[in-house]
Amino acid sequence: MIDFLVNWLANTPVTAAPYALAALGLIIAERSGVLNLTAEGLMLVGALAGAGTCLALGGYPALALVAAMVAASAVSLLFAVLVVVLRINQVIAGLSVVFFCQGFTGLVGTLAKWQNKQLTGLPPLKIWPLSEIPGIGRILFQQDPIVYLTILIFFAVNFLLFRTMLGLRIRSVGENPGAADAAGVSVTLHRIFAIVAGSSLIGLAGGYISVVSVKLWVTGMTGGRGWIAVALVVFARWAPWPALAGALLFGCIEALIPQIAAAGIRVPQYLMLMTPYLATIAVMIWVGTKDSGITQEPGALGQPHVREERR
Amino acid sequence: MNSALQLAGIRKSFDGALALDGASFESRSGEVHALLGENGAGKSSLMNVAAGLYAPDAGSISINGAPISLSGPASARSHGIGMVHQHFKLVRPFTVAENVLLANPQPHFASGLRDIRDAIKKQVDALKFSIDPDRRIDSMTVAEQQQAEIVKVLVGGARILILDEPTAVLTDAEAVGLLEIVQRLARSGTAVVLVTHKLQDVKRYADVVTIMRGGRTVATLDPRQSTAEELTELTVGQTSALPERTPHQGGETRLNVGALTYTRADGRTMLNNTSFFVRAGEIYGIAGVSGNGQAELAEALIGAIEPSLGEIWVDGAGDIGHAGQARRREAAIAAIPADRYAYALAGSLPIQDNLAVAQIRSGRYGSVFRLDRAAMRRDAIAAVKDYDVQGVRSVKQKASLLSGGNAQKLVIAREFSLEPEVVVAHSPSRGLDARACAAVHQRLIAARERGAAIVLISEDLDEILSLSDRIGVMTRGAIVAEFERPADRQAIGRAMVDHA
Repeated sequence: MIDFLVNWLANTPVTAAPYALAALGLIIAERSGVLNLTAEGLMLVGALAGAGTCLALGGYPALALVAAMVAASAVSLLFAVLVVVLRINQVIAGLSVVFFCQGFTGLVGTLAKWQNKQLTGLPPLKIWPLSEIPGIGRILFQQDPIVYLTILIFFAVNFLLFRTMLGLRIRSVGENPGAADAAGVSVTLHRIFAIVAGSSLIGLAGGYISVVSVKLWVTGMTGGRGWIAVALVVFARWAPWPALAGALLFGCIEALIPQIAAAGIRVPQYLMLMTPYLATIAVMIWVGTKDSGITQEPGALGQPHVREERR
Repeated sequence: MNSALQLAGIRKSFDGALALDGASFESRSGEVHALLGENGAGKSSLMNVAAGLYAPDAGSISINGAPISLSGPASARSHGIGMVHQHFKLVRPFTVAENVLLANPQPHFASGLRDIRDAIKKQVDALKFSIDPDRRIDSMTVAEQQQAEIVKVLVGGARILILDEPTAVLTDAEAVGLLEIVQRLARSGTAVVLVTHKLQDVKRYADVVTIMRGGRTVATLDPRQSTAEELTELTVGQTSALPERTPHQGGETRLNVGALTYTRADGRTMLNNTSFFVRAGEIYGIAGVSGNGQAELAEALIGAIEPSLGEIWVDGAGDIGHAGQARRREAAIAAIPADRYAYALAGSLPIQDNLAVAQIRSGRYGSVFRLDRAAMRRDAIAAVKDYDVQGVRSVKQKASLLSGGNAQKLVIAREFSLEPEVVVAHSPSRGLDARACAAVHQRLIAARERGAAIVLISEDLDEILSLSDRIGVMTRGAIVAEFERPADRQAIGRAMVDHA
């Protein structure tokens, strides 16, 4: 029983990290007032770019993760131009980007023959002597470097949003672009920055899945994790702390699936694979039935900004 | 005393409609300078030019005698011009300090916030305000939010403070408190500009008053040396000759509004026992300073809001106060709402659809399963020609492509296609040029000749005076005075401000 628990919890950070990174990236963008549905697509781009770089260079996983961040940011620039400059409906633009990324990554992955090729991955970082504590050591102090990096990124995002002038401006643009504009803040530039910066984290989440966690590229391998991250942000009410907690919750559920199979407990496989999505629906219902006065959705989420001129 | 802010020969037009026509204005340090005028006189537009929000088409701006050019709100702020807008520009989930910091950026967030907090406390103490820098805007009352706006501007080092209708949102006691503070602020050397339409505030608190009418500044004088009558006359202008038309015949009562009361969700009573009646073949004008319940009355009459108490009785249909749109159509009520794009037209649909929708249940354009597009097209082409709607290349083009005046003609063409017995028109000529305006008025008079009962709600006193057979003055949600045609403009002006 203890073994089961330790195995399960030791795997949780690996499954939770992509949710946390993607959700943090989405929070940055959505705090600036841009409804960002592109996560699933950008994670695929990150996953492909990471795996491709690894295969092309024959290793260098850290470089591959940087490539994942850059690739996702580049694609997000397209989204930023669509919704911020051209003011296209953010839902439509987001969905189009996702479908484009799904098709494009599938095509490139197949043409380049990157499918199902084993990658080297990142070795775990043992924090000695803490890593030798029975149980706890395996769960907390023998994870790969990106898990630790995710925690640093979490604090960095918190600091950026709530402890810097840039964060103040990003949030003001998301809450009341009219007031921000009158205060001399460029709504366009801050929204583009928030989208691109957030998307680099979403790309990292995707790259982590292919390079570190699964260690190969398979078409459509993110399997809806981007959508779960989108729901997670709503559940977290656009705040980093609850987003981290939510990521751990979903990570726990996802990590449980292989553990149950390994323990020989007979549960229908598809029921197990369905649980993260069932949990998402349950969480959304919970959010929806709560007092709606405390949703804390950014005031201008999804609204393009045009400087007011009288009709 | 030296001139602090000087505006000379400012012209500004919006989509061809002239809002400012060579307006000039000069305020000095240490004075409260009131800018008085009716709605639409151009007060806010002129001050928005000074605050850098509107770029003027012509004219010059000087600060302390030196000409400057403004590229935007930030550049106005750097010249010491600060404006408190009627609709506050505050980020609601932020604290007061965060809002002030946003408008007055500092290099570092933490130390900047500390400095800003100290600066706010200093201003709050000096002005005897009551706000706490760490409270969130959305937990504050409107009066406190206004204090936050004023502090935001003063922390930025404004030497010229423009307040746009600052007392419109305040209770009487709050307004007195604010105006006394503003007066003290002026005594300490700030140039204060008080944009208002309230005569008492001007007489009591202003050192100088400039009066605007029709986009021009018509006079600058000392309010203590002039009577309320003089100021009213300058504000509303001279009476113009009324157009000829058939004398009014007292027909039967068609519409009777009885003790209509409406309380908004936030608890403010907007309609308070509003009562009046309109006879067949009569235009009943409702005048008043905006925000006294006219918008709510119009919405209740056209069915956009449901009154809390009272009745709207229509001859032959009974009380329709709670009736749906279908019953209102059956009762032959036509609605011309103030915001034609939001309430009267579906901008992305073709002109012919917008015209046909009023009769879509009559069977004229086919049944549930079949739409007679040929009939729609035929009627639309006829209506466009009849009502002289310009800029129509095809009746299949989007209604939103029409200019304001032509969109309004389209609305009238649809509403009048059913030969209405009751017409509710709210600011029907708002934003229209003179020609379109005349066409709209002609249509209203034609409906009157046909025997319709017409309610005309407008903030444009000229429009009310030239069209109405009887005029009711609305103040604080009630009709406080009624006048027969030909009405005395000064008397109406006095009734509007006396009760305000």
